[in-house]
Amino acid sequence: MGAVIDLASSTVRELNSELHAPSADAYEVLNPRGAHAVAAGLHHPIAVDVRGHAGYYCAGMNQLAEVTVHGSVGTGVAENMMSGVVRVRGDASQSAGATAHGGLLVIEGSASMRCGISMKGVDLVVGGDIGPMSAFMAQAGRLVVCGDAGESLGDSIYEARIYVRGAVASLGADCVEKPMADEHRAEVAELLAAAGLDHDPASFRRYGSARRLYHFTAGNEY
Amino acid sequence: MCGIVGLHLRDPELHPRLGVLLETMLGHMCERGPDSAGVAVYGDRRRCPEGWAAVSLLDAPPDLAVPDALVTVAGDTTVVAAPLTVDELVAAVRGSGALVVGSGTDLTVYKGTGHPRDLARTYDLAGAQGWQGLAHTRMATESAVTASGCHPFSVGPDQCLVHNGSFANHATIRRELEADGVVFDSENDSEVGARFVASRLAAGDDLDKALRLLCERFDGFYTLLVTSADGFAVVRDAIACKPAIIAETDAWVAMASEFRALAELPGIDRARIWEPEPERVHAWVR
Repeated sequence: MGAVIDLASSTVRELNSELHAPSADAYEVLNPRGAHAVAAGLHHPIAVDVRGHAGYYCAGMNQLAEVTVHGSVGTGVAENMMSGVVRVRGDASQSAGATAHGGLLVIEGSASMRCGISMKGVDLVVGGDIGPMSAFMAQAGRLVVCGDAGESLGDSIYEARIYVRGAVASLGADCVEKPMADEHRAEVAELLAAAGLDHDPASFRRYGSARRLYHFTAGNEY
Repeated sequence: MCGIVGLHLRDPELHPRLGVLLETMLGHMCERGPDSAGVAVYGDRRRCPEGWAAVSLLDAPPDLAVPDALVTVAGDTTVVAAPLTVDELVAAVRGSGALVVGSGTDLTVYKGTGHPRDLARTYDLAGAQGWQGLAHTRMATESAVTASGCHPFSVGPDQCLVHNGSFANHATIRRELEADGVVFDSENDSEVGARFVASRLAAGDDLDKALRLLCERFDGFYTLLVTSADGFAVVRDAIACKPAIIAETDAWVAMASEFRALAELPGIDRARIWEPEPERVHAWVR
């Protein structure tokens, strides 16, 4: 067990100040009680275990750190993450991994709406379901969903790759199902292994951009 | 932004703690709406005795006289309870110049501007008992920071609506309701939602149906918590950008804008917790 910071007696500002200039390699954070911005802006290769439910923007902008939340998280977990690993043992609220450029975000439970919105390179693995409007305007990265996806999956998607094991309620504009080749099954296997989840990669279906929204088709006659 | 909290108690042993639990929830939502706060309490028989009616008033004159009435002043709000029917009591205060912001046989409503923590003390929220309550911290966007613009909007007997968001087509729906004879108290867009729901309940719909019809008719952003004489319901718009979280145990159902408002409820560790999906009505009946 690492250094312990109890949010029942310390502020989030004190916690994050310590984590931004760490004096230990590992931390335990107690009593988050839905506080916002817990372990946000980390940029050292440290391990942080949050014991309980966190609020908005938990582990946002993460670089290098390995953050594990032993509970659920609010809106915008790992928002704009650059590298490192963020693992949520419970569920995630809206906009999980929004605009994240890199690293691995694992949500062992389910994620709510707009999961992976505008993702830009992150690897995102969800053990349960994802809500409506997920991967909206996703630009790069990989999203693996072991459960079901809500309505309008991948609306206006650019180039991210989406794999879903369960049912997809509906596809958004320009998002289409694509065939699974060996390279895709290998990619799913790699991501499941990284997330510590055990499913048959062949049981996933692949979705991505039809690239019809890339060019304007009207008004170009002259 | 705005913050919403609501608590529907199933376990009668918790009824004496309604106000304390609600005040704790409200305290966590102050940052979402620091300009004003409103509260509604159902079932506090010290505020509205059994068989009586109560009205909540703004701008009540100091010499307001209703026979046998129990009159309580809490900041901007004056609550008058009397051994009358709701219609008789509303008629008795009409003409005094006061604005009726709540009425019923089981409900007391408090509204005011200022910091929500200070207002909770003004309303003696911690002293409230009962089976259901809700509160709203307001960050005014569509209309002025006044006590009358504060939520909840209670425009039908024992009914309340609190709203986080803004309605885009409220002026159109207001004109339609006015054409049907509905009278408005304010320019607030949320009042249009409350009047719409009240008109549907008056027409015989239940909360679930009234809110499904609201989703068909209203454009804009909304997370709504609506309560009635026996019900508690939550609904969000099709985009669902305004936050909402629901928790349920055998002892209670609670709703809030954020989890931290629920974090200290008794038994929260064993609660089923989820986010309501777009345009899906979640409703409970007592």
